[in-house]
Parts: sequence; structure tokens; C-alpha cells
Amino acid sequence: MAALVNVPPKAKRGAVVEIKALMSHIMEPGYRRTAAGELIPRDIITSFTCRLNGAEIFRADLFPAISANPFMSFFTIATESGKFEFEWIGDNGFVANAAANITVE
Amino acid sequence: MKRMANMSDISRRHVLQLAGSAALCGGLPIVTVRPAQATPAMLSSAIRNLVGEATVQQGKVKLDIPPLVENGNTVPMTVSVDHPMTETDYVKSIHVFNEKNPQPNIGNFYLTPRAGRAQVATRIRLADSQKVVAIAKLSDGSFWQTSADVIVTLAACTEEVP
Repeated sequence: MAALVNVPPKAKRGAVVEIKALMSHIMEPGYRRTAAGELIPRDIITSFTCRLNGAEIFRADLFPAISANPFMSFFTIATESGKFEFEWIGDNGFVANAAANITVE
Repeated sequence: MKRMANMSDISRRHVLQLAGSAALCGGLPIVTVRPAQATPAMLSSAIRNLVGEATVQQGKVKLDIPPLVENGNTVPMTVSVDHPMTETDYVKSIHVFNEKNPQPNIGNFYLTPRAGRAQVATRIRLADSQKVVAIAKLSDGSFWQTSADVIVTLAACTEEVP
């Protein structure tokens, strides 16, 4: 359960910055079978949220068609300094968090 | 005698099965045991669930995805919408669908006016050569779409686990 987030540490006020986030997860789609023919149960991340100082700036619903170790890239306007918080929620009670700071000047 | 006849039946069946799977292997490097696929009908009903009675217009949306992929397990995809992002007029969400995976949804992405740019990128799985559809919902309630055809040589999602 390792997260990799990429946020520019500094940005000019009003600049559009790219945020990238990757979470290590098998994303078992629930359609594969073992050699013995048994269906492998689904185990995926279903939801990803990014907040800046508590306000949601991006959210995604994930389905089995998202690759293992789901990667997301999206944009936001640098309006204020603060903390980006990332949250991944999935099957079987999976919850993971990460955070990164940005300084807007 | 009867027993003999039965055995020859079975072996003929086996031979046919082998021939069948050999033919399948010719096309696909991995033998797939595939459940019912999503169909174009499932795709359109998934889209109908999203847009309701609204008409979906062509344009504005750009779907960047390789036209030919060797491995359907990780297909990079970028969706961008050519539309301003202001407080009153912005892209609310982006939805990606497919035609032939076991289920039609790929992902839903929710944006805010603070996004600055309506663009998301991720990596997806494709179980077969198929059409991928991206739909954007704008703050005025209109829907815009585009689609892309992708040829996949190694299928994802349904392969047998070694």
C-alpha cells in the first residue's frame, strides 16, 4: 500500500498545475479465473478523491477497467498555499491516504 | 463394442476441442475464458443512464488513446475538453465507457471550476479491440462526446491466472 503523489511544491498564484497520483493496488477485476476454473473475487479501488485544505477539487469513480496501480492525472488552479489530501477507497475495506504541500506565491 | 465406440467419441471431441483452442491461440496469445461481454446495447444503456433524455452532441471532447495497443492491461488514455473553466460555465464531469469489456463503465471523473483545465489522464484495461467513448457533462447540462477505436492484441480482464 504505497502511494506516489506528484504536486509542484511551489506555484505562481493563478497558474494551472498538474497533479499526479498513483496507488499500488492489484485492481483485481473480478472476471479472471484460476487454472482450476474458480472465479477470483473482485478487489478494486472504487473511489479516489483529492482535496485542498478540505475542499474537494477532484473526484473519480473507478471501475474494474482501470489498470492495476491506478494512476490519475488532473489539473487545478493554484489559488492558495496548503495541503493536498488524497484518499483512495476500495473493496474489502481498503482505505489509503497521502498528502502533499504546495506553496502559492 | 459399445464402450469402444464411446471412447472414440470422446477422443474425437478432444481433437475438436484442441483444434478449436489452437485456432483461438492463433489470434490471442493467451487462452481466455471469457464471461459474457458488454455489448453495444449495454454501452448505450450505460450512456442512457448518464445522460437521460438529453441529446449527446459530437465535439469539444478529445480522447487521446493509442489506436493499436499490444497489451490491453495498461492502455494510457487522456481525455480533454475544449471548454473554459469559469465559476459559471465549466465542465462538471467526464465519463469514459467501452463496448466490449465485461462491463461498460471505465471511469467517472468529477471536476470543479477550480480545475483550470478540463483534462484527466489514467491507464485503463481493454479486453478486446473495441470502441472507447468519452462523454463530458457541462455545467449548463449539455453533453458532448467523442469516441476512438482501439485494436488490442493481448486482452485484459479475463485472462486465466497462472
